[in-house]
Amino acid sequence: MNKILEKKVWWTDAPAIKEFVVEAPWIAEKHKAGQFVILRASENGERIPLTISDKNIEKGTINILFQEVGKTTMTLGKLNKGDSIFDLAGPLGKPTHIENFGTVVCIGGGIGVAPVHPIAQALKAAGNNVISILGARTKEILIYEDLMRKCSNEVRVTTDDGSYGRHGFVTDELKSMIESGMKIDLVVTIGPPIMMKMVCKVTEPYKIHTFASLNTIMVDGTGMCGACRVTVGGKTKFVCVDGPEFDGHQVNFDEMMSRLRQYVDEEKISRELCQQGTCRTA
Amino acid sequence: MTEEKKEEEKTLKKKKPKIPRQPMPEQDPHERAKNFKEVTYGFPAELAQNESIRCIQCKNPVCIDGCPVNINIPQFIKKVSEGDILGAAKVIKESSLLPAICGRVCPQEDQCEMVCVVGKKDKPVSIGRLERYVADYEAAHGTFEMPEMAPKTGKKVAIIGSGPAGLACAGDLIKMGHGVTIFEALHKAGGVLVYGIPEFRLPKAIVERELDYLQKIGVEFKLNHVIGRIRTVDELMQKDEYDALFLANGAGLPQFMNIPGENLNGVYSSNEYLTRSNLMKAYNFPEYDTPIKKYKNLAVIGGGNTAMDSVRTALRLGAENAYIIYRRSRDEMPARKEEIDHAEHEGVQFIMLTAPLRVIGNEKGWVTGLECIKMELGEPDDSGRRRPVPVKGSEFVVNLDAIVVAIGTNANPLVAQTTPGLELNKWGYIVVDDEKTCKTSKKGVFAGGDIVTGGATVILAMGAGRSAAKSINEYLKII
Repeated sequence: MNKILEKKVWWTDAPAIKEFVVEAPWIAEKHKAGQFVILRASENGERIPLTISDKNIEKGTINILFQEVGKTTMTLGKLNKGDSIFDLAGPLGKPTHIENFGTVVCIGGGIGVAPVHPIAQALKAAGNNVISILGARTKEILIYEDLMRKCSNEVRVTTDDGSYGRHGFVTDELKSMIESGMKIDLVVTIGPPIMMKMVCKVTEPYKIHTFASLNTIMVDGTGMCGACRVTVGGKTKFVCVDGPEFDGHQVNFDEMMSRLRQYVDEEKISRELCQQGTCRTA
Repeated sequence: MTEEKKEEEKTLKKKKPKIPRQPMPEQDPHERAKNFKEVTYGFPAELAQNESIRCIQCKNPVCIDGCPVNINIPQFIKKVSEGDILGAAKVIKESSLLPAICGRVCPQEDQCEMVCVVGKKDKPVSIGRLERYVADYEAAHGTFEMPEMAPKTGKKVAIIGSGPAGLACAGDLIKMGHGVTIFEALHKAGGVLVYGIPEFRLPKAIVERELDYLQKIGVEFKLNHVIGRIRTVDELMQKDEYDALFLANGAGLPQFMNIPGENLNGVYSSNEYLTRSNLMKAYNFPEYDTPIKKYKNLAVIGGGNTAMDSVRTALRLGAENAYIIYRRSRDEMPARKEEIDHAEHEGVQFIMLTAPLRVIGNEKGWVTGLECIKMELGEPDDSGRRRPVPVKGSEFVVNLDAIVVAIGTNANPLVAQTTPGLELNKWGYIVVDDEKTCKTSKKGVFAGGDIVTGGATVILAMGAGRSAAKSINEYLKII
């Protein structure tokens, strides 16, 4: 179970970006857009959530994409084709609500493009006019462009350094679209919390309904611990079972970002130990 | 006085124990408050022998009725007194699958030991400690013996959840000849035994031992399977062709206080705090990857066993001040007296008759304190305990770096939400027609343990698991 059938390295420099195609027939069969898995990379490992970015029901596989930012993802990155993922549980979280909204703008920033992919696919299949905005720091680390083109009516790219597409942020492109008078019925955004917060700030005055898929710290991922809790519309919600998607205009992003920073010291210790070569893969 | 009572009195006089209740050797409180090793050492042979002859072998052993799974207590204690410890283990195992666990975590003082006849004139026989002694002895000296197994029936049962209810049910069903698969959401089996109860109260090696045993006798474990997501109840029955299902997924949803500031950094549910420490072994960070903070001043809100487990964990992680904040008085605390005493000896400070009002934080989003109000006890409420009433103008602040909320749990809705036709009560717990049959409103689906009763004890869940096994066995005969 959970054997890695393919490994793709998107970006080799630290922090590297890698993708696995993993054998997980039961998960592939049940997965719906917006859902995630929880995995552990080793016996002593931490449980981390990763969104399923693609699947193949016939082959019984799911894709997961990650950036090596901490010990778990660095350990994961050392695995190769033929190895297995130590523990893998899913699909978790509520699926994205899919219907024909009209025109939907799907915004993915950084590796956030990967989790946007199945949502854009499902929205397209439901008959929406899907316009995707993909944001990256620079051209070389833009991921999933081809895949996103397949499931979008139109793709727009922004890079922070101007090396590809529009020079600027995804929010600049979104603003231009809105200001040009385009009728947008829904915005879906996944990426760094600050980007999602800014996207929501852009759409709020225009009352454009905006979903944000949140990526909080989780332990069990099944509603048992509440580590992932966020305030949405003044109420506490668990991202793992009530989410991961919420009405972005109701999310308290500042609190969420503060909660994400809770373990920065410990994360640093682990990362350094890992860089000294103590990462184990089994 | 009835004839029976007179008889009992006579026996008591005749056999009045001359030996006092034997003390349980334990780690020095100051020492143990700094480590995660088991608090109590268990009886050595001599103390167990002494304790066993305190049992007067009543003609009408009420202790058996006091035990939720009706262990033949006098008989196993007699075997101990005769030095036949493996024989004693056999007697216990006729009724209980998990004696090493129950001997440690059962509230015996409210069950078998509460009704012990010796306890009427003297302290009751230490039934729980003897049970633990027997189970540990068997683990150390016994060899694995395949229990008597009924011929294979060809029927298969899926059990959802590998906590005490699920494990007990599995143990019985497999012996009845059915195929048994346990689906567990987490990466380790054991439920609350591994994520909830700390190492210092229930060493995880003991849980492993019991899980090994179940595997050896043929129970299949499917870990990392979150039922309700990867498979629904209906799919398990239709697609995977399980003939019956036992829902034992527990009451795992943490309750919060719903006061301002509760999402500040440094506020945890007891489930999170304990899961990090127990399941993920965060107390061994960075050897284990999951972190847990070492706080100087930490308060646990609540007065149950989970609150005691949390506050004692905080001490062991190095807290200088570890508090219990509870809105009633010490007498009303639902935790076992032994746990409260242990916590006190280890240095836990009790702030009683106090209710939290608001969590105070700094500009960086971290907890700095808890504003509380003093309470006094008024008229008794529905639970029979005196209702705490706020004392006007008595607000005060406790300076803290962290707060652990241990005020109870609710039903996890994941299975219920995805199972059409499953009747629930208003709190979201599964409705069964009665505790013995464990039958739900859905044909072939049974339920037991905390998901039916709400948060209770290991032994009650185990009892429910055993009742369900009987009921499922009957059901499988007629389909």
